[in-house]
Amino acid sequence: MKKITKKTYLKWYEDMLFWRKFEDKLAQVYIQQKVRGFLHLYNGQEAILAGALHVMDLKKDKMITAYRNHVQPIGMGVDPKRVMAELYGKKTGTSQGLGGSMHIFSKEHRFFGGHGIVGGQIPLGAGLAFADKYFNTNAVTLCFLGDGAARQGSLHETLNMATNWKLPVVFCVENNGYAMGTSVKRTSSHEDIWRLGLGYEMPCGPVDAMDPTKVAEALDEAISRARAGKGPTFLDLKTYRYRGHSMSDAQKYRTKDEVKEYQEIDPISQVKKVLLDKKYASEEDIKKIDKQVKDKVSECEKFADESDFPDKNVMYDVVYEQEDYPFISHKL
Amino acid sequence: MRTIQFREAIVEAMSEEMRADESIYLMGEEVAEYNGAYKASKGMLDEFGEKRVIDTPISELGFTGIGIGSAMNGNRPIIEFMTFNFSLVGIDQIINNAAKMRQMSGGQFNIPIVFRGPTGSAGQLGATHSQAFENWFANTPGLKVVIPSNPYDAKGLLKSSIRDNDPVIFMESEQMYGDKGEVPEEEYTIPLGKADIKREGTDVTIVSFGKIIKEAYKAAEELEKEDVSCEIIDLRTVRPMDYDAILKSVKKTNRLVILEEAWPFGNVATEITYKVQNEAFDYLDAPIVKLNTADTPAPYSPGLLKEWLPNSDDVIKAVKKVLYI
Ligand SMILES: Cc1ncc(C[n+]2csc(CCOP(=O)(O)OP(=O)(O)O)c2C)c(N)n1
Ligand SMILES: [Mg+2]
Repeated sequence: MKKITKKTYLKWYEDMLFWRKFEDKLAQVYIQQKVRGFLHLYNGQEAILAGALHVMDLKKDKMITAYRNHVQPIGMGVDPKRVMAELYGKKTGTSQGLGGSMHIFSKEHRFFGGHGIVGGQIPLGAGLAFADKYFNTNAVTLCFLGDGAARQGSLHETLNMATNWKLPVVFCVENNGYAMGTSVKRTSSHEDIWRLGLGYEMPCGPVDAMDPTKVAEALDEAISRARAGKGPTFLDLKTYRYRGHSMSDAQKYRTKDEVKEYQEIDPISQVKKVLLDKKYASEEDIKKIDKQVKDKVSECEKFADESDFPDKNVMYDVVYEQEDYPFISHKL
Repeated sequence: MRTIQFREAIVEAMSEEMRADESIYLMGEEVAEYNGAYKASKGMLDEFGEKRVIDTPISELGFTGIGIGSAMNGNRPIIEFMTFNFSLVGIDQIINNAAKMRQMSGGQFNIPIVFRGPTGSAGQLGATHSQAFENWFANTPGLKVVIPSNPYDAKGLLKSSIRDNDPVIFMESEQMYGDKGEVPEEEYTIPLGKADIKREGTDVTIVSFGKIIKEAYKAAEELEKEDVSCEIIDLRTVRPMDYDAILKSVKKTNRLVILEEAWPFGNVATEITYKVQNEAFDYLDAPIVKLNTADTPAPYSPGLLKEWLPNSDDVIKAVKKVLYI
């Protein structure tokens, strides 16, 4: 595995803080109704993305996830301004304002969405891996899904084929304990989601996903296995989301103490502590990073605010590759 | 009369029927402990307990089929989809099993089940969460498709749907759950398959159903100021379709506008158009106009979404077109 150094910790701190603040900003502008619809935030789960990016080959590996998908494309290299603009529904957005919060994509940066139907991305992830195997690219796909999504038939069908065909994919369950208001406990006869892999003889296991080093280690092993042609891995990444499921969620299904418990092992705080303890950074350095992050978020907001809304014809242009497709008109 | 919310009408209909018939249960995602993603089953877990108000994992294919299987063996399930967008994960069970079981078994197995949940767009939710499949389901023999547009209708129609001995697709809207309307305390039902004249008029017939009918109401108010009198027919049930009500009205007004929130190709409005030209051709004084969404997946951006949906201005234009004014 690529060594975890002072530089790694500094990057982790800056990245994770930026993702957190970027999404805090989204929550804020949502209240101002600049962003509408659903808004599923990643607060608390950042160590997963940080750890993954450390061990991926960012020149060729791929990523796909569900609708909690604003920061992953940024991690993969997408300009955060464009992600913010997408949520504003602006033409400078990643999907020209057509996709919205749940549907962020970047072909250029090998981020394959952004999927709103729970479990819909699971076979797609295996399909990306199928093509990589087919074309001998030696690339690996990270396919993220929620603990709730693990109960979809699509997971079970896909796990079977993926192991049988030794596809270069890693299934990463971001187990934040809840699917909306339903705890993992209430959806199955046992809570060890990772054990689902056993039935398919797929390498599997739990991971402490509040700590990016643990995520990096587990994913490094899984990615190496996939790259070596030995097939998929199924990981149960134990994490937590601090905010509600989307923006209107009274959160009666959990206690404030439970949220606090996880905030005490917050990935950003953990990394910050290492930075300070190991003297990788001084309080001054940290303040400087915090300020940079804040400015970068403001730039995103300004960009999104100042961008234009898309033209009406875009609605049609993006549907088919065929340029002169004969749509039925719907306005008199 | 007292006024209640649409969601409360849904809760009342289900609860009253469940009190009267032990074989009925409610199953779906977040219906029990969370009281429904849109609070359309509020209080029901408390009253009926875990045996009859059942939270499922996110497993639409599985619980749709479990519902149908239990209906083959004595239950009368109400299966909630958090929205009908997600029914697609379980649609094989609905089309291949619920709709066909009675026919394939030569009449042995009827399927007394209700699939309910919101349909259509509900603001800027993007392409996967803004779809109207009433015409998909209505295309399938063996199913009935019901879509109320206000709390009174919702309660009466849902009670009839639950009592019906065939599979019923019952479609609501996130944007209607908060709507208030008069609903009597006393028990009542509304028969399936009967349209309702929501506004009487003489110059033009507007046929619609579900939440989009409100755009027709708005248009009719505006048009009244210009002395145009609109008759608005709420289908209430899409399958079976109350063709008689439509034909009767068209024979009176001689003009027809159909407003439906759905993609334009081969939808409910298309079916009505065929029927009316076939059976009332000589009564028509103008070609029928149908108003639908754009022929594209729903866009997210606010301006585009507004353009995508049909609205009251479109209805006004359509009415003027069929009236040649
Ligand atoms: C097929 C389908 N069913 C239901 C929903 C509604 N829904 C959206 S997110 C969600 C919970 C998913 O939980 P989980 O997979 O744990 O992911 P998390 O939100 O925790 O990241 C549900 C039920 C949906 N989008 N798609
Ligand atoms: Mg979850």
